[in-house]
Amino acid sequence: MSAILIVALKELQDALRNRWIISITVIFVLFAMGLAYFGTAASGQTGFSPLSTMMVSLASLAIFIIPLIALLLAYDSIIGEEELGTLLLLLTYPLGRWQLLIGKFSGQVISLGIATLLGFSLAGVLILGLAEDITASELIPAFALFIFSAIALGAVFIAIALLISCFVNEKSKAAGFSLFVWFLFVLIFDLALLGLLVATEGGVGAHFFPYLLLCNPTDIFRLLNISGFEASQVQAGLLSVASPELLSTKILVSSLLLWIITPLSIAIWLFERKNV
Amino acid sequence: MSIVSLSQVSKYYSKLIALDKLDLDITAGEILALLGHNGAGKTTTMKLILGLLRASNGSVKVFGQSPQNNHYFSQQLGYLPENVHFYENLTGKEVLRYFARLKQAKKQQVQALLEQVGLEDAANRRVKTYSKGMRQRLGLAQALLGKPRLLLLDEPTVGLDPLATKDLYMTLDSLRKEGVSIILCSHILPGIERHIDRAVILEHGQLVATGSLEALRQQACLPSSIRVQGNWHSNELQEALRKQAVTVTACNDEEIELQILSERKLEILRYLLNRTDIHNIETHDPMLEELYVYFTRRSMCLPS
Repeated sequence: MSAILIVALKELQDALRNRWIISITVIFVLFAMGLAYFGTAASGQTGFSPLSTMMVSLASLAIFIIPLIALLLAYDSIIGEEELGTLLLLLTYPLGRWQLLIGKFSGQVISLGIATLLGFSLAGVLILGLAEDITASELIPAFALFIFSAIALGAVFIAIALLISCFVNEKSKAAGFSLFVWFLFVLIFDLALLGLLVATEGGVGAHFFPYLLLCNPTDIFRLLNISGFEASQVQAGLLSVASPELLSTKILVSSLLLWIITPLSIAIWLFERKNV
Repeated sequence: MSIVSLSQVSKYYSKLIALDKLDLDITAGEILALLGHNGAGKTTTMKLILGLLRASNGSVKVFGQSPQNNHYFSQQLGYLPENVHFYENLTGKEVLRYFARLKQAKKQQVQALLEQVGLEDAANRRVKTYSKGMRQRLGLAQALLGKPRLLLLDEPTVGLDPLATKDLYMTLDSLRKEGVSIILCSHILPGIERHIDRAVILEHGQLVATGSLEALRQQACLPSSIRVQGNWHSNELQEALRKQAVTVTACNDEEIELQILSERKLEILRYLLNRTDIHNIETHDPMLEELYVYFTRRSMCLPS
């Protein structure tokens, strides 16, 4: 069995053992159902909202919790083993440092993937059964895209967390950095971009500005998920500066992939040079 | 053939000199004890051999390879780190299985090793519940996975009870017979003499003495001490011994303690045996502990 697979299975085993996967699955089901049912509460009614509104709310929710969960899952991957003392031992074993890192990454993405797939599929099935005016033919593609891109978003933040785990020298610092990254991408970035847009009165250049959105993986995720819905343009807010012609799905998906590969490569580079 | 060979190896951290021009060779089937205070360079030496650190100067060869290419030999290597810890939420057996898979060791070996280190009853309990000694045994089992030809054990007896320590030494003896080379770092010196071929004493990153117990004794010229118990009412015996140029260190009506260099030990013992007023003789030769203290003290007095 290859070393990567052994490490990945160990990560998966850990996630199952400490009931991480099952808890996250339950959280996802509850959130998705809650949003689907109470999503329209602001306008004075309860009941299932139209699919487009539902998807936008789901995407907004996912942007908050998926990065947080991914960072929490992975921030101590390397530094945790270093503090425990097992890293020293593992590095004397017949496995390359990059194999350890890729193994951890794969195991964690699979764990988060299982929870995402189970949680949101279950929610999708429940919605189909309960909501009268949502049909399977419109729900399935939207949910499939949502689940796929949510796993990719999780993978981005797992890769970032692994990078953090490789350069810090204390677990608590890794936690601090992870929280900062979360704040940066989930809260600060869009605010700063909006501020820039307003302050320059749109002078940044309409053809250049949308590309700035690619600098934030959560915006890529949001663009991917709302682009299919006309009705969602109202709720898109800042994202409406990016027209679908400018940022095709192909560009969005490859940017997201780049957001996984880049931190992971830097993490490997750092880890190979790390003194333990 | 040397299994491990260090020649003129130095390791500096920004200002600190961790190792200074160290030469070290270990052949197949040799047990070497690496002794020294904290910070003397023992762990640095081990990490250099394991390829976890790079030497600032000099050459390190393990199985004829640079340890940075440790994928060539890491399957033949067993390492027990100091204060070993494992995944608290896994059971002892699961931990050992994980490491066995990584080392491509046979699955059946896991059970056999758990029995060998006396953990078969605790194998299905989580490591969280293990005592220090049990963790240490699990660490040992892990180091023995596969078929190691080189073992590096950092403080292997810490936390082990006397029986487990004895078992460990017996395991080491049988491994040596199979041609396994073993490097042992230890603070606990009494008891290891009979199981090691050679000791290397480090101080401030420098080698201050190396050799077998016998060779170290000869280098150190430390006296053996003899305690004589008997029944005498005058200091006639004490006078007689003084005449033979023996140092008497303590003396009362029933006991005399003397110190004597090893070349005269038998001569004095014969003299004592011929006396009728003596009940018992205890001799004590300088052991590793005394030699260690002697060599490290001496190196502190020498200008470096």
